[in-house]
Parts: sequence; structure tokens; C-alpha cells
Amino acid sequence: MIIGKIEDGIVLDHIKAGQGMRLYNILNLDKLDCEVALIQNAPSEKLGRKDILKIDKLIDLNIDAVGFVDPGITVNIIKSGKLAKRKHLELPNEVVDVIKCKNPRCITTIEQELPQVFRLTDRKNKVYRCKYCESKAK
Amino acid sequence: MRHLIDIMDLSVKELDEMIEVAKDIIAHPDQYAHKCDGKKLATLFFEPSTRTRLSFEAAMYELGGNVLGFSEAQSSSAAKGESVADTVRTVGAYADIIAMRHPKEGAPVVGIRRSTVPLINAGDGGHNHPTQTLTDLLTISREKGKLEGLTIGLCGDLKFGRTVHSLINAMSRYPGNKFILISPDELRIPEYLKYETLEKQHIEYVETDDLEDAMPQLDILYMTRVQRERFFNEQDYLRLKDSYILTPEKLENAKEDLSILHPLPRVNEISVAVDDDPRARYFEQVRNGKFIRMALILKLLEEAKA
Repeated sequence: MIIGKIEDGIVLDHIKAGQGMRLYNILNLDKLDCEVALIQNAPSEKLGRKDILKIDKLIDLNIDAVGFVDPGITVNIIKSGKLAKRKHLELPNEVVDVIKCKNPRCITTIEQELPQVFRLTDRKNKVYRCKYCESKAK
Repeated sequence: MRHLIDIMDLSVKELDEMIEVAKDIIAHPDQYAHKCDGKKLATLFFEPSTRTRLSFEAAMYELGGNVLGFSEAQSSSAAKGESVADTVRTVGAYADIIAMRHPKEGAPVVGIRRSTVPLINAGDGGHNHPTQTLTDLLTISREKGKLEGLTIGLCGDLKFGRTVHSLINAMSRYPGNKFILISPDELRIPEYLKYETLEKQHIEYVETDDLEDAMPQLDILYMTRVQRERFFNEQDYLRLKDSYILTPEKLENAKEDLSILHPLPRVNEISVAVDDDPRARYFEQVRNGKFIRMALILKLLEEAKA
């Protein structure tokens, strides 16, 4: 399989196999007008199998959302065909409008224009809780 | 602007100070009768709650203030679809302080985003009910003369009972307290409370389903109601509601100075025959609720002025 080289854009590498499509949806990449490639189950020395996302544009990437999905993901910024920056991520302390609260009793189910905010309450076990009702993110 | 959303918003020092103020109010009510002259409390009750609302209203009247508000969502602008944030902001133009109850969890967090006056969470669904916990703390302090070194039995619905969760969190901040958690398997305390509060802080606790077996050890017995509205399934409610009913016979092995508390309303989990036992302190607890709310209103209004 051959996917073209990026001139100016972003490569999200070392995505755990199977998480690529989830990240694609969370980042709303379907809304972009540029070329986007999702490679699934690519061989990886580190992970065995991995997913890769290539975005052919320097978009304003929601780094917190990427870190939330998997802090092991590597973010490569490509400029003029060369690697300009490589970012290693960590779990963000807060994510906004990345996931929705599933608690049917939460105020987010009825209040207008309320951002969905989740806060990291247990870094070791990767536990996020809704800012409003404190339900655990699922 | 200082608000009260969660009991953990208050430091132990603040809790102790408020308890002392409440005790002073009980001892010298006349000295507080005009502390809130000209002030207004708005009670925004999007869900009915006679006890809590009347307690807040009585508290404000006894401080010399006035009260306005509504007691159910149907008689509020929420029925027209107004957001919580807008309702609170609007009411802030009429009142000096707000007590709000809402069926949705986290509603007060939304309320304070644009509130121009102090907001007190008077209960948000099954989530927080900090003034009930303040009431419980004042009651325990008055009954036992201390808030530490006690064995506290919590009985009934420990899974959905928000008063239980808040009380465990609050009493965990005082040294030497031990919890005996008495409930059927289905209604045990949530895992997060067990791991993130009790075990993290190395607090001694025991889980059991045997009320009578636990009884002789207890300094405090905190009974709770199995609430119909917290269940999605009627059959689960009917199966579990009568699990733990306190009767005079079950108290035979209890300590002489045990204090029996209950956030009320009671359905049938404490037999009426227990009411005559001097250890039954739940109606005194109701009175304490008014005094600690007076102390809270005073504190928040003073801080808003500063």
C-alpha cells in the first residue's frame, strides 16, 4: 500500500491498533477538506500493530483529545516535506467537548450550550470524571 | 464569589467554625435575630422538598431576613425552557443569596458560572447535598462532643444515598473514625468512594449485611431510606426496600450512648416504636439543620460583603 508523502501536515503515529477510527471521529477529521489517510494495522516494532493518521494540512489539532485517546501517540508536524516537530503526549488534565457524559441524570442532558467537560481524577488508572455530575467517563 | 456546592468545598477549619457559630445561635438566638435584616434568600426548588426548603426559609426568617422563590419546576421559568444558568443569573438581581435544589446532577456547577450572589446547593439529584452533611456534623458534634475517634454505622441504601457519601467524605477528614457499612450487596457504597476516599486515606471500614451483629460497636447509627426515585427498575426497589428496618429489639445490644440519626423522610426503615428511645436523635437532627443553615447563610453573606 502506498500513501503519498506529506508536504505540510500532521502525522499521528503509534496509535494503538483499532483506535484510529475513534480518533478520526473525535477529531472530526471528516469535516476537513484536505486529504486524510487512516492506515490500520500497520506493522510496528513498538506495538506489534498500530494505526496511523496522516492529515495533509497543518490544522489546529486538539492535542488534548489526542492525549486523551492515548498518551502514547506521537504527533509529527511536517513542514516543507520535513519533520519540523515531534510531540510526545501525556494525559490532559481536562478535556472539553471530546466525550459526552453518559449519566442520564446529569445536567448536561438538558442545559443549553453547555460544554462537556471531563477532568482527570486518577492519572494512574486514567479515570476521567464529568465536571458537573462527577460520573466516570466510559 | 463564594458558594457551597460540595461539602468538600469547606475546609475542616471552616466546618469547625460553622459548627461553633451554630452552637452559639442555639445558645443565644436573640443575638442573631436581626443579622440579616433587609436581606433576601431565594429558594429555587426545581424539585419538591418540603423539609430542606422549609429549613432554609426558617433559617432566613430567624436571622431577620426575607424569602422568595418557587417550590417546583412547573411554577418556574424552567417550565418555559429557561436554562439553569439564566434562572440563577436572573434571580441574583432580586436576592442576596440563593438556595437551589435541582433534579439534575451538577446543576449548581452550572448555576454558579454566572451567579452574582452566593449559591448554596440544596441537593442535586443523587449527587451532593452539603447542607444535610453540615446538619449531620453539627448533630454528631452536639451529641458526642467531638467529631473524631467514633465508630459510625451507615445502614440501608449506601449506593444511591448521597447523604451517606457526603458524610463518609466529611467524617474521613477527622482522625480516628471507623465506618461500618451495613447494606445488602446490591446497595453497597460505590467503588470510587471505597478506593478514592477510604482506602487511599487508610481509613478503617467494614462492609457487612448484618445490622444486629454490628450494633454493639456503634457510637453513631445513620439509617437511610431506600429511595424509589433512585431506581430505574421498580422490581429492584420492591425487593430491597424492606432490607433493614430498625426496631427496639435490634437495639438491645446497642451502646447506652448510641445516637441514631436519619436524614429523613422516614418510610418504614425505623419503627415508630424507636422514636421514644432517648437514643433516637433524628428529630433533633432536623432542628440542627435549621441552625447550621443559619450559620452557613451568615458565613456566605459575610464573605460576599468582604
